Amino acid sequence: MTRPALRPALRPGRLALNACAVLVVLVAGFPVYWMVDTSFLRRGDITGPTPHLTPIGGTLDNYRTVFARGSFVTALGSSALVTAATVVVALVLAVLAAFAVSRFRFRGRRAFLVTVLVVQMVPPEALVISLFKVLDTWQLVNTALGLTLVYLVFVLPFTIWTLRGFVSGVPIELEEAAMIDGCGRLGAFRRITLPLMAPGLVATGIFALIQAWNEFIFALVVMNRPERQTLPVWLQAFNEGAKGTDWGGVMAGSTLMALPVLACFLLVQSRMTGGLAAGAVKG
Amino acid sequence: MTVHSPAATGSGTPSPGAPSGPSRPRRWDRRRLTPYGLIAPAAAVLVVMLGYPLVRLVVLSTQHFGLPQQFGQPAPFVGLDNYRRVLGDDQFWTVLLRTVAFCAVDVALTMTLGMLVALLLNTLGAVMRGVVGSALLLAWAMPPLAATIVWQWLFDTQYGLVNWLVTRSGLADYRNHSWLSQPLSFFAVAAVVVVWMGVPFVALTLYAGLTQLPQDVVEAAQLDGAGAWQRFRHVTVPFLAPVVAILTALSTLWDFRVFTQVYVLQAAGGITRDTNVLGVYAYRISIGENRFDVGAAVAVVMVVLAMLLTAVYLRQMLRREEEEL
Repeated sequence: MTRPALRPALRPGRLALNACAVLVVLVAGFPVYWMVDTSFLRRGDITGPTPHLTPIGGTLDNYRTVFARGSFVTALGSSALVTAATVVVALVLAVLAAFAVSRFRFRGRRAFLVTVLVVQMVPPEALVISLFKVLDTWQLVNTALGLTLVYLVFVLPFTIWTLRGFVSGVPIELEEAAMIDGCGRLGAFRRITLPLMAPGLVATGIFALIQAWNEFIFALVVMNRPERQTLPVWLQAFNEGAKGTDWGGVMAGSTLMALPVLACFLLVQSRMTGGLAAGAVKG
Repeated sequence: MTVHSPAATGSGTPSPGAPSGPSRPRRWDRRRLTPYGLIAPAAAVLVVMLGYPLVRLVVLSTQHFGLPQQFGQPAPFVGLDNYRRVLGDDQFWTVLLRTVAFCAVDVALTMTLGMLVALLLNTLGAVMRGVVGSALLLAWAMPPLAATIVWQWLFDTQYGLVNWLVTRSGLADYRNHSWLSQPLSFFAVAAVVVVWMGVPFVALTLYAGLTQLPQDVVEAAQLDGAGAWQRFRHVTVPFLAPVVAILTALSTLWDFRVFTQVYVLQAAGGITRDTNVLGVYAYRISIGENRFDVGAAVAVVMVVLAMLLTAVYLRQMLRREEEEL
């Protein structure tokens, strides 16, 4: 009894903690579950006097409704195109820049890095008007290219910053060994470092994917013709149009939009939590 | 950014017969140019798509730019008139105050709940921790738009689960209660959405920090008779302070510029005037009312405030990276 605090916690304490844990699980997880659940319910079940907490005896009708609207498939294609372009271009540009800042010493390097850091603090929402005007001047409104260019700006700083860490993580001696064996500087980077930083590429690629896939305001302003809409803009138009009368359909649309992101997220989860804390505590 | 210019002009000695200078420099020169070539594409995107629009935003905010200018009329320079109009408008100050208050409440709730959940994770057994962690990841991973729409559905007037629960539990008769048509309950719902999406990142990051807490220090404090609260106050908090500072700065920045959540809930609730926050306000003035000049001035104010808010974060990051930069 001299050192009670070092013993395993008493039973009631443990129970209370687990009760808290269950509460957190419910609050965090239930809305996601409710979205999926509702997407399988019949209209009568949704508007009935008691909520249906399980999709037992449910239907795929809501998903049929969503796909039957041709606009969904168009929006899906639009989103896929812009997202893929953003991910690929962002990764290529970021790898090049990350290689430069972590393997070369050159004038302006520090300025470039500080810019990359500061730029992340500019709220994109403030640039909606002027970016729209810039794209309008170049007749890039309602084009996938225009939206991709916008997304690159908001994805690149983070990707460069993160990949820089991954490049530095690969010992430069490995590259030097390859150069002694006859590789050029860039060849050594491509053959040795690039494969070794694959996890970093996956993580930052998925970050870019999530950003581009989820983005709403610029898509709303830049893709203002219905046939050019991306998925988020389509979903919000559907949501506004339904005016609370077709929750099954809206939830089916939401589920379809969330699914790829949820899948990607779970894929890289450990990487996204560890990094910041490890670096930040280092102090 | 013009970072590639100094070396291009300083060391680009062209070999004889080469048509343009920097394209065929001598060997040692090319090595010096390589890094500039490597950052050039990224720098170009940042200059063209961020630097240039920022400049245009500032220019726009000093012009008279309405519907006629949208159709090609020249935009006259009006100096600081737009700023005067914005700063002299009660509506703007109301929106700004509302944005700051909403942001402060969200950040306070996010950080407090995030810390509590992190401490909870730290005391749970492995299985339960895995379950809680997965649930947090689900909430974190939800696209903001989808999450907002789901919460809109949960708070739906007619068939929403929340109204059913409140009525069913006998607290009050909330059948057909409209949450989104009153500013106060509108922001309560908006805060729920923002905090729900913000807590997982904070909690998981703080938990990752907690796992690095040196156990010998904790045990030493315990032996010295420090209670749970004292250990938290004098061991855990100082250890986590840098992470807490960064997380607070990031949450502040994110919640300050909140757009999607408020925009979607406004569309559902039908009231905009009394529920605008800064980002939505700038959007509605420019895109909705075609007052691009005033909207631009609001946007500039927003950029400046965001930079000020994150100055702490930037200083911290820069100091940390000083030796690596």
